[in-house]
Amino acid sequence: MIDGALIVAMLVAAMRTATPLIFAALGELIVEKAGCVNLGVEGMMLVGAVTGFAVGYTTGNFALAFAVGAIAGAVLSMIYGVLVLHLHVNQYAAGLALTIVGGGASAFWGQAWQGLNMRGMGPLEIPGLSALPTLGDLFSRLDAMVYLALLAAAAIAYVLTRTRLGLIIRAVGENHDSAHALGVSVIGVRYGAIAFGGAMAGIGGAYLSCVMTPLWIEGMTAGRGWIAVALVVFATWRPARLVLGAWLFGLVTIMQLHGQGFGLAVPSQILAMLPYLVTILVLVLISRDATRIRLNAPGSLGKPFQPTA
Amino acid sequence: MSPQPAGSVRLGISGVSKQYPGCLANDNVSFEAGAGEIVALLGENGAGKSTLVKIAYGLVAPDAGRIEIDGHPAALTSPAAARAAGIGVVFQHFSLFDSLTVLENISLGLDTPAARANLADRIREIGTRYGLSVEPDSIVADLSVGERQRVEIVRVLLQDPSILIFDEPTSVLTPQAIEGLFGTLRQLRDEGRAIVFISHKLDEIMSLCDRVTVLRGGRVVGSVPIGETNTKALAQMMIGHEVPDVAQRRDLAGGPVRLAARGLTMSSQNPHAPGLQNVTLEARGGEILGIAGVAGNGQEDLLAALSGERLAATETAIELEGAPVGRLGPGARRKAGMAFVPGERLGRGAVPPMSLSDNGFLTAHWRLPLVRRGVLSARAGAEFADRVIERFQVATRSRATAAQALSGGNLQRFIVGREVLSEPSVLIVAYPTWGVDVAAVAAIHEALIGLRDAGAAIVLMSEDLDELLALSDRIAVLYSGRMSAPLPIADCGKERLGLLMSGATDAEAAGGASHAA
Repeated sequence: MIDGALIVAMLVAAMRTATPLIFAALGELIVEKAGCVNLGVEGMMLVGAVTGFAVGYTTGNFALAFAVGAIAGAVLSMIYGVLVLHLHVNQYAAGLALTIVGGGASAFWGQAWQGLNMRGMGPLEIPGLSALPTLGDLFSRLDAMVYLALLAAAAIAYVLTRTRLGLIIRAVGENHDSAHALGVSVIGVRYGAIAFGGAMAGIGGAYLSCVMTPLWIEGMTAGRGWIAVALVVFATWRPARLVLGAWLFGLVTIMQLHGQGFGLAVPSQILAMLPYLVTILVLVLISRDATRIRLNAPGSLGKPFQPTA
Repeated sequence: MSPQPAGSVRLGISGVSKQYPGCLANDNVSFEAGAGEIVALLGENGAGKSTLVKIAYGLVAPDAGRIEIDGHPAALTSPAAARAAGIGVVFQHFSLFDSLTVLENISLGLDTPAARANLADRIREIGTRYGLSVEPDSIVADLSVGERQRVEIVRVLLQDPSILIFDEPTSVLTPQAIEGLFGTLRQLRDEGRAIVFISHKLDEIMSLCDRVTVLRGGRVVGSVPIGETNTKALAQMMIGHEVPDVAQRRDLAGGPVRLAARGLTMSSQNPHAPGLQNVTLEARGGEILGIAGVAGNGQEDLLAALSGERLAATETAIELEGAPVGRLGPGARRKAGMAFVPGERLGRGAVPPMSLSDNGFLTAHWRLPLVRRGVLSARAGAEFADRVIERFQVATRSRATAAQALSGGNLQRFIVGREVLSEPSVLIVAYPTWGVDVAAVAAIHEALIGLRDAGAAIVLMSEDLDELLALSDRIAVLYSGRMSAPLPIADCGKERLGLLMSGATDAEAAGGASHAA
């Protein structure tokens, strides 16, 4: 009944489902490590999705589509940046506003593209990998962005723990007053982090509309931006856990879709909830050590920064 | 550091003034520190010491005056310029990042890759040379206060400054750690550096420094070699009149046990604090039980447990007048006769933006008839606030003034007064004179002694050993969540308490102290 080909198909679909989450959540992880909470991920993903789709549909150039999606996400995030860093608006309110603005703006710009289809991105051939027994079939069906998301996770883990840039980001998030006293530009670092977070959310959104479905529908992120925010916290700000959480989400999503296909006697609405429930439950369970959370959580997270001296 | 002949002036400040809105913080201040000299800068809170340090470190621009370093005029426009000119400052409040390692913390302050080369080795080398051993890879959150201070000092020494300023460096250290620090300071002096030692602890200044400059109300009132003065004369210079003597101790009558904790065990909410382990204490009517210890050894949790902010595991873990109250919250405990003066004045002791009379209501209504059928009695509240203000000489425009508008000393007078006037049978007081002017210290001490003489039991938690020794009838020491058996005040030498504060057992501390004596 369940054969190898089906398992491979499910794994491929699961990893593709996880990819936009990984991008968006990695961006948010950097934002939070620098001490800001941007709840606007959902809005930035939507804007990335619609602009990415528009460019991809028109040009057929995926690299350009992702670049434009990233830029759109970063530009939108600057609204949050100015509100929070210069006008000292409450971070949570500013983030929520960004989600609303992003949702509305993407629906408005997307009217012309609503319901259109485009040809999705093909798999990336990596010589050698696809020749492997059993796993080769899996590798031969993954696209470049799946790999890029994992590379990004590894790179971010490396930068955060091994480089001076990462040290400065962590210092700003841990104690912005001390960082300021040391001569670090707290505002500058946070702008950079917020723009990066916006760009990553934009790429995640563009992946949804250009590769996964691939079409544009209003509100197509369907809460994935919120899952990305939750992933960061429940993964206790660690990239590796974040990737595992995203894969879990992808796997349960695909399994419940197959479950629906097999005609399980469970309402489809309940099955559709499962990925969200399972992901949060598992992440809560593996990270319930309050001490570890406190050590990893940025000390200045969510606090306004107003330099005195 | 450039070599200079001994005695030549390294840091010369002349005629410096700084006006803040409503306050002339520095008024024509001149100050000198020479090569191979430790100069004390003595003054009360608000005398202008901090402003002078900020000026010397380029954090604040003076309105007038000149600063010379090694005889040359210096433009100290930023901390970076001050560091480049050879000035290093170890601040009272550390600016360390808790979740980072020692190495990462120090590396953050160094701007060039060259300065960061072989950093771990250089940290260890400085540690060995000056007795400041710190492990570069340990996480700052796991370090004691004394170790954190060493990290700060190492950070400053890496820049090889010729002028070192220490802002109240001993306020958080055990007596033994203070001796260690003094050793380091003398060594740095003997290398030809100029050391500025800021403090208001006269004994320390007398034993460490070569010269002392006294500030009062923003002005220099004198600068004298240490050999030509004594603590009494310095105190008089510092506050402008004779120090009032408080605390005549009477013989312990041995009143009834009013407050008891029995086998209090509690894990901490702070991942870096030890929690409480089997803490037992008894406070009798008519006594002040002092609790000594270095911050971070369970003080927060003991205060929370005694006040009811955190509930004990069992009813009987805490008893008030013989009745179990371990599971009662703060309100119920206040009603039963407990009162508290928490460590933080603003935020815990008082609601900062609320008026004094509202702040009076908040705690006093449990004991006094200030509320009738849920309605605040404005008149009773106003009378109560006025009574506190008058009895404890709180300098405020009126009872309607917001708590945050008062100076630290005046707000503390109000808070202590509010608790004392609610006539508690047990008063828990934490750090009552932290950052408070000398006159307020005397008033607060007097209030505590008055309440004790009226038969209440007082638990006094303080980091200031002098305060504990002056007020307490018995002293117990909190170390790593465990409480030592209380010692009668006659047996409380500083040495012995210091050993207990750094984890020695009772027997070791008694032995160690008698050896030293």
